[in-house]
Formats: sequence, C-alpha cells, structure tokens
Amino acid sequence: MARKVLVLGEVRDGQLRNVSYEAVGAAKTIAEGGEVVGVLLGASVSSLAEELIQYGADRVVVVEDEKLAQYTSDGYAQGLIAVIESEQPEGLVFGHTSLGKDLSPRVAGKLSSGLISDVTYIEVEGGNIVFTRPIYSGKAFEKKIVTDGLIFATVRPNNIAPLEKDESRTGDVSTLSVDIKDLRTIIKEVVRKATEGVDLSEAKVVIAGGRGVKSEEGFEPLKELAQVLGGAVGASRGACDAEYCDYSLQIGQTGKVVTPDLYIACGISGAIQHLAGMSNSKVIVAINKDPEANIFNVADYGIVGDLFEVVPMLTEEFKKLKVNA
Amino acid sequence: MNIFVLMKRTFDTEEKISISGGKINEDGAEFIINPYDEYAIEEAIQVRDAQGGEVTVITVGSEEAEKQLRTALAMGADKAVLINTEDDLEYSDQFTTAKILAEYLKDKDADLIIGGNVAIDGGSGQVGPRVAELLNIPYVTTITNLEINGSTVTVVRDVEGDSEVIETSLPLLVTAQQGLNEPRYPSLPGIMKAKKKPLDELELDDLDLEEDDVEAKTKTIEIYLPAQKQAGKVLEGELADQVKELVSLLHNEAKVV
Repeated sequence: MARKVLVLGEVRDGQLRNVSYEAVGAAKTIAEGGEVVGVLLGASVSSLAEELIQYGADRVVVVEDEKLAQYTSDGYAQGLIAVIESEQPEGLVFGHTSLGKDLSPRVAGKLSSGLISDVTYIEVEGGNIVFTRPIYSGKAFEKKIVTDGLIFATVRPNNIAPLEKDESRTGDVSTLSVDIKDLRTIIKEVVRKATEGVDLSEAKVVIAGGRGVKSEEGFEPLKELAQVLGGAVGASRGACDAEYCDYSLQIGQTGKVVTPDLYIACGISGAIQHLAGMSNSKVIVAINKDPEANIFNVADYGIVGDLFEVVPMLTEEFKKLKVNA
Repeated sequence: MNIFVLMKRTFDTEEKISISGGKINEDGAEFIINPYDEYAIEEAIQVRDAQGGEVTVITVGSEEAEKQLRTALAMGADKAVLINTEDDLEYSDQFTTAKILAEYLKDKDADLIIGGNVAIDGGSGQVGPRVAELLNIPYVTTITNLEINGSTVTVVRDVEGDSEVIETSLPLLVTAQQGLNEPRYPSLPGIMKAKKKPLDELELDDLDLEEDDVEAKTKTIEIYLPAQKQAGKVLEGELADQVKELVSLLHNEAKVV
C-alpha cells in the first residue's frame, strides 16, 4: 500500500544532520512506493531542501519564521502540525535525537496517534511495516507494528542506511506560511559543552575511555586516535564521575546510546551500565590491562595491555594505513 | 504548590534477561522505581519543602506497583495513586498510559508535574510530553536544574550534552535527567510513616474511561534476545604485532576502517 510519508529534516549549525538522511531512507520503506515529503522548519532553511531531495525525498515543504530559529517544542509543533494538516500524510519519521525525542510524543499526543520510538530496523513483512527497537537497555529487542492510524516512528542515528546521494534528483520545494503564536518556553541561553568535531551519537567511530584513562590528560591519546579515524571521543560513567571528562561524553544506560561501526573501549571494565550504551556497536575493540575485564566478553577483538602504550601505537598504524590507502 | 509525579515500576535492567512464552521472564526478577522517576520524586519533595504544598505520586499499572508507591511515600511524598488497569487492559502502549494519566490529572489543578525522561524497560520516553500536550501545558524534557520564583520557572535542559537555560511558567511538566539531584534513600521513620499515608486505587471506570477510549495504537508482535555474540578474539604475541594485526583485522576482515 503506497503511503505519503513526511520526514522532519533536522538542522544543526546550518547543516542537515545525518540522521535526517537515514530518516528519509526509513520513510522510503514505510512509503512502499508512495511519496516521501521532507519538512524543514527554521528561520532560514530552504537552501537545505535540495539536499533532502538528493537523498531521496520527492519534494520538500518549508516553514520559515524567526520564532523557529531555535528549536522549541511550541514553535516546532505549531509548524509541523500545520504541515501535517495541509499534507494529510499516512506516515511520519523523525530522528531519535534530543529534538525528536522532545517533539515526537507531543505531536503523537496532538494527533491521538501511536508512536514507535528509537527504531533500529524497518521491514515490510506480511503486509505490515514492522519496526525493531531495543528494550531493556539494549538487552532485548521487540518488533512492533502500528494497529491504528498514522505510522509514526523515530529512528536511532546510525542504524538505518540512507539512500545514496543522487545529485541529479530534483523535486518541488514549496513554502507553507504558518502564523507561529507565542512560545511558552523561551531559551535564554545555550551553554555549549558538547565537544567540537564529530557528534558522538552520530559518529561512525567512537574511542571511549574509562577509569583506566586515569586523568583528564589521559584522554589526549584517545583524542588523537579519534582524529585520525574521523571519530568522536566518549567515556564511561566511571571516567565522568572521576571528573576526567565532561558528562556530555558519557555513554551508557544513563548518558548516550551509540551504535557506531567501530567502538574502541580503552581502560573500560565493561559494567552493565556502560554496555547498555554501546553493546549494539557493529565492531567492538577492547583494550584493557585486566584480561578478566567484562568488556572482553562483548568485544570482537581484544588487546590485553596498557592503553597508554597501545593507543598511540594504534594511532601510528592507522596513520600508515591512511597514507597507503 | 500542587505537585504530581508520574512514576513507573520497572524491571531492574541490571538483572539478567530471559524470555519465556514470548515475553520477558519476570519470575524472581527485581522490580524497582524507574531510576529517572527517582530523580522526579526527589525533585518534587525538594520543591514542596521549599515552596509548601503537596506531592502526589501516580502510577498506571497493576497492584504490584503498590510496593514502589510505598517507597515513594517513604522517601517523603504525601499521597499515592495507583490506577490499576490489570483487569481492564490486556495490552497498552504509551498512547494508553498518557491518556489515562491526563484523564486523571485534568481536574486536579496541578502546578507542577514531574516524570523521568525515559523508563529503562520500554525506553520510549513518550509519556511525559504526551500528558503535557493532552493537558495543554508547557513542558521541558531532560532537565538538570529547576528553579521556581513565583510563577516564573527557570530550567536547565540537557540537549545531547549542551545545556539550554529555559524560562517558562507554571503550570508546567518537566522530565528529569540524570544530574538533577541525588535521590534520597527512605529513612526508617519515613518507612513507618509511609504505611499510614493515603494510597488510593482507581480503575478506568472511576475515570469514566472505556477500554475503547484508551485502546493501544501499536502492538508488540515479537520479543527476542540479541544473537549471542561469538567469543571475541583476544590477540596474542608482541604488543607491536598485536596492534598491526588489529589494524589489519579491522581493515580487511571487519572492514570498518
């Protein structure tokens, strides 16, 4: 059954986030041959419409307003509901990001619809769109279907493949004018703590440090390795609690959930709290002095050794690999 | 200040998980207050102690949640409400739970509603914002600080590591993120007092809700455990050779770099 599916393009620092392209890929599956319509909300975002189309959207609807310059649930909900009322879609996909998590339940509440959050896989099976999502902190999975109304899902970054970019694709970009009314929550200030460079939740490579890193300076070799691999640095709760790094880097049941292609755990024992945030990574490498450390039980490859010896050597080897590539 | 806390009883996910009869096996498992809801309870108690008023903890579930509600009362909440759906609903989802909670809350003149930002079992994080939408009040999710000055409220919201300082007003719903506070343990006198505090039990009937009004919009068709990972390969030999081997494996075998 062909469906019209809307995808919210999420903009950060003037760019579309990767998860938005993945959401377009998800929407294509849900649409079953129907139309995929990108939605962009912001103060000045129409220039990004083309990119959504190149990644598979058939057309894009843009709502521009100064009140949408920063994300607020009030502003975005008004813009999005207006687009939904005008487009009457049968499906809706957001990224399962801070913004998506905040906005999607409200929109579902407003539309009295279901919502399947944090989806990692989508398939068409026996006439149903079947969504797979982790539950119990990633220790189990469930498959869910929508039984009534709108098919609405948020997709976890890094899990659903985007379509290949096709620069020859074109599509209609239209503007919907929406009167954004007063916002009940006003952002007074944004304190940037998240590190520069690659976004941890979307990174393809994550280099994470635990208590074994021993100090703030101990993260330096990890940062160097991350830079060579174009990855992001993360941390266990232990390292954050010990104040070796900021809590914005924490990966785990509390903290971020990441599913990169490559996860290198350095000096991390592998407590359940931490595994909940990274155990679904595609390939896990453990570097730890303690051969009994639990992290080796989930690792694909392990090196028993001192991270301060191993990590710089790895950095050098990867540099060689990049030069030869 | 009339404060409500949305609480969920959850499976302790630090426990080993197994499946029997297509469901998560709960035999002998430990059940706890969802850890994020503990932050919510603690915050509610602190706000009440500073501003006066009353804290009511609500949950939707079965009779078994009484234990967690008593714990919340022992921490210092004043009243507890169990909306028992065990006999009425075979299957529910976040639409169901939010609708029931909003129906209960709609005439309670809540000034502040606090929940956890996500439950560690289902992990959807939907109920808080859904309830706020149904009650038509503003909300802020994943907060790490809350200050109330008259009717002005300043909250700090965690946004993937960055912090937003947000100004808003009551009535308000917020969801707690780690770092909001340090939840207290119930004291012995607290536990004694909790036994005498009111714990009301309601059913859908009492809220004038029919089963059809809250019928789930989604359905779980299968629950499964992730495939057991094959034991990983711990490399051997000289460290320098191990490092070379690892890079080669990641490049040629795993093909991730």
